[in-house]
Amino acid sequence: MQEKYDYLVIGGGVVGAMIARWLSRFEGRILLIEKEADLGMGCSSANTAIVHAGYDPLPGSLKALMNVRANPMWDQLAGELGFAFERRGDYVVAVGEEELPLVDKLMQQGVKNGVPGMLMIDGAEMRSRERDINPEVSGALWASTGGLCDPFQVTVAAAENAVNNGATVLFNTAFEDFIWEGSRVIGVKTNRGDFFARWVINAAGIYSDEVMHKAGVRPEFFIKPRKGEYFIFDRNEVQIHNVLFPVPSSRGKGILVTATLHENTIIGPNANIIEDKEDTSLTKEGMDELLDGARKLIPSLNLRHSIANFVGLRPMGNGPCLTPGVNYNNDFVIEIPEKVQGFVNLGGIESPGLTSAPAIAEMVVDLMKDAGEIFIDKKDWDPIRPARPRFSKMTHLERKLLCDIDPRYGRVVCRCENVTEGEIVAEIHASVPAQTYDAIKRRTWLGTGRCQGGFDMTRVVAILARELGVSPFEITKRGEGSEYLIRTTKNVEVENVD
Amino acid sequence: MSIKKQYDVVVIGAGPGGLAAAIEAKKGGVDDVLVIERDVELGGILLQCIHNGFGLQTFKEDLPGPEYAQRFINEAKSLGITFLLDTMVMDVTSQRKLYLSSKDFGYIEVNAHAIVLAMGCRERTRAQVRLPGYRPNGVYSAGTAQRWVNVEGFMPGKKFVILGSGDIGMIMARRLTFEGAKVERVLEIQSYLSGLSRNYVQCLEDWGIPLQLQHTVKKIIGKDRVEAIESVAVDDKWNFIPGTEEIIPCDTLLLSVGLIPENELSKKAGVMLDPVTGGPFVDEHFQTNVPGIFAAGNVVHVYDLVDYVSMAGFEAGKSAAEFALAEKERAARYIPLKAGKNVRYIVPHKLDKKALEQGDISLQMRVTRPIEEDVWLEVRGENNSIVRRSERYVRPGEMVTIMLKPKMAAEVEKTGTLTVDIYPKSEA
Repeated sequence: MQEKYDYLVIGGGVVGAMIARWLSRFEGRILLIEKEADLGMGCSSANTAIVHAGYDPLPGSLKALMNVRANPMWDQLAGELGFAFERRGDYVVAVGEEELPLVDKLMQQGVKNGVPGMLMIDGAEMRSRERDINPEVSGALWASTGGLCDPFQVTVAAAENAVNNGATVLFNTAFEDFIWEGSRVIGVKTNRGDFFARWVINAAGIYSDEVMHKAGVRPEFFIKPRKGEYFIFDRNEVQIHNVLFPVPSSRGKGILVTATLHENTIIGPNANIIEDKEDTSLTKEGMDELLDGARKLIPSLNLRHSIANFVGLRPMGNGPCLTPGVNYNNDFVIEIPEKVQGFVNLGGIESPGLTSAPAIAEMVVDLMKDAGEIFIDKKDWDPIRPARPRFSKMTHLERKLLCDIDPRYGRVVCRCENVTEGEIVAEIHASVPAQTYDAIKRRTWLGTGRCQGGFDMTRVVAILARELGVSPFEITKRGEGSEYLIRTTKNVEVENVD
Repeated sequence: MSIKKQYDVVVIGAGPGGLAAAIEAKKGGVDDVLVIERDVELGGILLQCIHNGFGLQTFKEDLPGPEYAQRFINEAKSLGITFLLDTMVMDVTSQRKLYLSSKDFGYIEVNAHAIVLAMGCRERTRAQVRLPGYRPNGVYSAGTAQRWVNVEGFMPGKKFVILGSGDIGMIMARRLTFEGAKVERVLEIQSYLSGLSRNYVQCLEDWGIPLQLQHTVKKIIGKDRVEAIESVAVDDKWNFIPGTEEIIPCDTLLLSVGLIPENELSKKAGVMLDPVTGGPFVDEHFQTNVPGIFAAGNVVHVYDLVDYVSMAGFEAGKSAAEFALAEKERAARYIPLKAGKNVRYIVPHKLDKKALEQGDISLQMRVTRPIEEDVWLEVRGENNSIVRRSERYVRPGEMVTIMLKPKMAAEVEKTGTLTVDIYPKSEA
């Protein structure tokens, strides 16, 4: 059967989800395909969760333009999509007098980029705002428009809102090639068959170069993943209240120490350019590098209080900046290529990609309009995707009322993060359903605490099997190949050990 | 079953420590003992410890874990102790109020005259031993794997490597071998065993499972599921020794790298923790720094034998019962003072009957409206008058006092409440 769509988005990261959601306000059939078993399993699931103010990108770059345009969009977005977002501001901290000029330079850059609400504060003021900061702090840039979000929630909420407005999301569906009609893209071949669409949008993140090469676009463009390792610290042991950047170096923004909306503290990332796009392994050297880097800002950090690690790959591209006179070769690519019709090409959407995602989505639609696409507003478009209850964040009275409505919210399945059966079941049956352990973990924060799933794992596998109506042997951590269970006990004879 | 608002002793956790505490508290003479358990059965971690070696001290018998637990469960049930299963304690205050959450009865509060914390311990995780490599499925704590095999009846892998020579790890090495799995290796970073010697002999040596001391995991290999681990020898400072790396193909890595007392609830109640044990600071009765909150078992420090956990539970339960009885007796001595006719309020609000024997007690109050004629000020019990005196008038702007005297103690003793009325003599 030939499936026909108007718009087909390749990639279910935050950029793909935001594009699908932006398109869903117009008439037309939308399909988003994702090769993994859930949304946001690539770059969108492993980053620092910061909505950047915009002083960091080079003035004149598309990164700077998108960042500064997108930043003010986040308040409305968070309100409509019901995800956690806090505009706490962020700091670039100078340690020692010699770093002060670098911070000042960053402030000048911010002014050029059009970032509002920045202020230089002195060392004493910085010490009063963050108790455990390095006492040698000499001053800091405070950017009041910086924010914190939960990037998993953002991606899921945007995609759910798109689905609620008629879009389709397909998991485990990997792009293989384009289908052509002359020089026009009319669809894609996937491992699950062909899908036809009038427009195909490349939001493939770390694989965006390979997708565009299949379209014959920018053969010289390559993604070099920059690997970033992180530590998460137990909120009960380490309390950092702000987003603290060191002064940047040639290798990026440096190893920061930041609060999160889950109240744990994160340190990271380092930035090592690697070849393997699947290499999310932790290294011992990286772990040492992180701690040394983070202790420059918070000397008292102790690894004993770390509860988890994660690794993210930033899809750094080699796209040249198109602004005349700006010499920069790692810019975002957001374009409709001249030689190919029906194809919107994105590439190199690394940091500040999460921040920029809503502006990128808007720009994608604008480019399509410029190319002659006519968009008709959907009369019944609903921008609201309500947040679902989060038991751990509730007051005693709210919990009581919720349990009275649905007793499943009374059964606590994750002991450290206090996630309930009601929350898990709601995610399994949401409009973009959570079908793996990690999908539930990303949505509810279950299993992320001190015991790292030791208590909930067996229980969640049972709930998933029951709700999905499958055997526990089919339940996976993150998709096919990551099953939990091999066989029942007492079936020794059926198994060939070696 | 109806859940009361007030219990004498509430025990959090129905493992060996909690069960022992509940039994001894009940035997100590209190009426209402409530045990709260987050699992669907009583017994705690003993239920998944189906190997023997339990009870040598307590019963002079060698029992498997569930049987050891069952003896306590039977006794607790015969004593009429109340149990809430599948119930999580969400919060505890220093005033001994508990917030409970359950699918069966929703979200409720209960109060306790004394609390015994018996939440046990949890396992250390991968992050705490800093394991490099990927984060695939197939890396489990030994206890999680034990629950899967012994309680749920599933095998979580075929070929195992176990990191850490803790008791649960060694016991699981034998258990998995029984079930037809292959345990390739047990690695221990230290130069000595971290569990009991008897477990080394019975669980590893007897089954030909190699233990490598001063070895650890250098890297986990496999993106979706564990495919192998890279082991490495370490020196006395735990530095990797280059050239000793070995790739061991396996699909599961079990971690048996230590236990940590679980005290998140204790902290909410203001209980102070010893940074060395990870458990509360306690006195010889296992009372914490918060009066009326006791702690027993692995929540205090990690034990080697369950028998000692039970003994700690007995002591904590006995002490909790004594505290609860004293608390109840003290509460029973108090009677409330009520503002009666034309009285807006009285201070104090309640009165210790025993205190009246020591000396005069002044009751201070204000009236609701002016009465510009001779009035009676009367303190009365439920069925008796205690004292009455007169005033020429009363006005809200002027505080009024009445004295209770030691000679009235006998009359006060007869009543459960005291009420003060102020009324015109003309209405008497």
